[in-house]
Amino acid sequence: MARYIMTVDLRRCIGCQTCTASCRHANATPPGVQWRKVLDIESGEFPDVRRSFVPVGCMHCADPPCMHVCPSTATYQRDDGIVGIDYDICIGCGYCAVACPYQARYIVHRREFAYGDKPNQQEEARFDPKRMSVAMKCTFCSDRVDYAKEHGLTPGVDPEVTPACVNSCIAGVLAFGDREDPNSNVSQLLAENQFFRMHEELGTDPGMYYIFDKK
Amino acid sequence: MSDIKIPPGRVTPWHQTNWDWRAAGNFIGGGTGTGLLFFATLAAGSVDNYRIMALVALACIGVGLTCVWAEIGRPFRAINVYFHPQTSWMTREAIVAAPLFLCALAAVWFGGGLFVGTAALLGVLFLYCQGRILHAAKGIPAWREPKIVSLILATGFVEGAGLATMLAALLPGAGPRWLAAVLLGALILRRLAWTVYFKALEKSGLPKKAMEVLRPFGAKFEMLGQLAPEILIVIGIFYGAVLPGLTFVAGLVALAAGWWLKYTIVARAAYNQGYALPSLPVRGQGEVMPGVKPGWTK
Repeated sequence: MARYIMTVDLRRCIGCQTCTASCRHANATPPGVQWRKVLDIESGEFPDVRRSFVPVGCMHCADPPCMHVCPSTATYQRDDGIVGIDYDICIGCGYCAVACPYQARYIVHRREFAYGDKPNQQEEARFDPKRMSVAMKCTFCSDRVDYAKEHGLTPGVDPEVTPACVNSCIAGVLAFGDREDPNSNVSQLLAENQFFRMHEELGTDPGMYYIFDKK
Repeated sequence: MSDIKIPPGRVTPWHQTNWDWRAAGNFIGGGTGTGLLFFATLAAGSVDNYRIMALVALACIGVGLTCVWAEIGRPFRAINVYFHPQTSWMTREAIVAAPLFLCALAAVWFGGGLFVGTAALLGVLFLYCQGRILHAAKGIPAWREPKIVSLILATGFVEGAGLATMLAALLPGAGPRWLAAVLLGALILRRLAWTVYFKALEKSGLPKKAMEVLRPFGAKFEMLGQLAPEILIVIGIFYGAVLPGLTFVAGLVALAAGWWLKYTIVARAAYNQGYALPSLPVRGQGEVMPGVKPGWTK
């Protein structure tokens, strides 16, 4: 069985936020909601300072605390490891949001627009009332992964079945693929490089792997 | 409920915006109500007094659950809360609530019998579920500390004993003399639970902002919420005949301190995990640098 993960090559990221913009476009998220965003972390003291750009979002944990706490079973995990939300049964209690150590979940109660108090064409066309007052988050563009299954394509290789953020990345930072397949792009990247996963000590077994140096 | 929106570019932990005073209200009402239901079995003194105490307890629990209902985004889907007993402590709390109310109402109706003890035990179970709800919230370091379960239990018992002491002072013929000693014992347990919880947080590390809330709170809580009622009870034991209101005031202070504690932990110290890098990446000709965990005590 596949286990879809994402790799993030921190050596390459320049913090351009193109992934953020493409995610917002692909998923029509409202203002202030960024399923994929890039942190700008400054560290050290002058003159020895570092600046790191770190894409974050839902880590699609193998042991997701958000799913365990969800009282309605709205949060579920697919066989391929992707964690999703059934908007039709979510009660919007926010328990998943406080259980997620990656701050990846959002709940929006009021419809807001990017410019002024009226929706633009895109916002009007793609408004989804099902997503109001329920939890939402990155889906790893699971609709594309499903399309891959139906059409014999490979997520992470064929662009039409690869998450929007990965497709848009101008620096080759993000990669997506099957961790269980030793020949996949992500497995090979992880075999060749040193990596960590964020907050791994919390036992969530996250599905985003951050590459920080070669082996 | 306010929208969950993450400040763009925020790296250090920030205060979660989803569970506010209404969530704290559930823990306050639930703890007070279940604690009172437990002590009512011992302290009521008569069937009529038990009925009053049990109804007050159910009102407290009911207000707490109403607070939760008022906070959820889709309140008319609330029945879906029962869907996940396999792992969700929120579901388990809801499942326990139904027989708890039925047993307590039956105990009130019949004025005693097996329902009294069953309702008290279900109340303890409900309180335990509340502790586990907080413990399972892995995104909030001040909540996920395992010692919070015993703190929630101890606080619920203090609130219940405090309110039972107050009602016993008001109701005719209620309240054995040893009730004040029980409250003192519960207070000592709560002091111990708080100390163990706070030391565990200091040891494991906490977002600095959460520590800035809890450390000054702890100093005041130990003096006003713990020491003051403890002294009042001890004085009451010796001079109760001269100053009959002392145990009532001690119960009130102990109860109020429990509410203050829960409000502080649930609504004020709820800073999230933030982000961390175990190693800084190699950039250009640089080398791997030690990681960063912005906004944490350690």
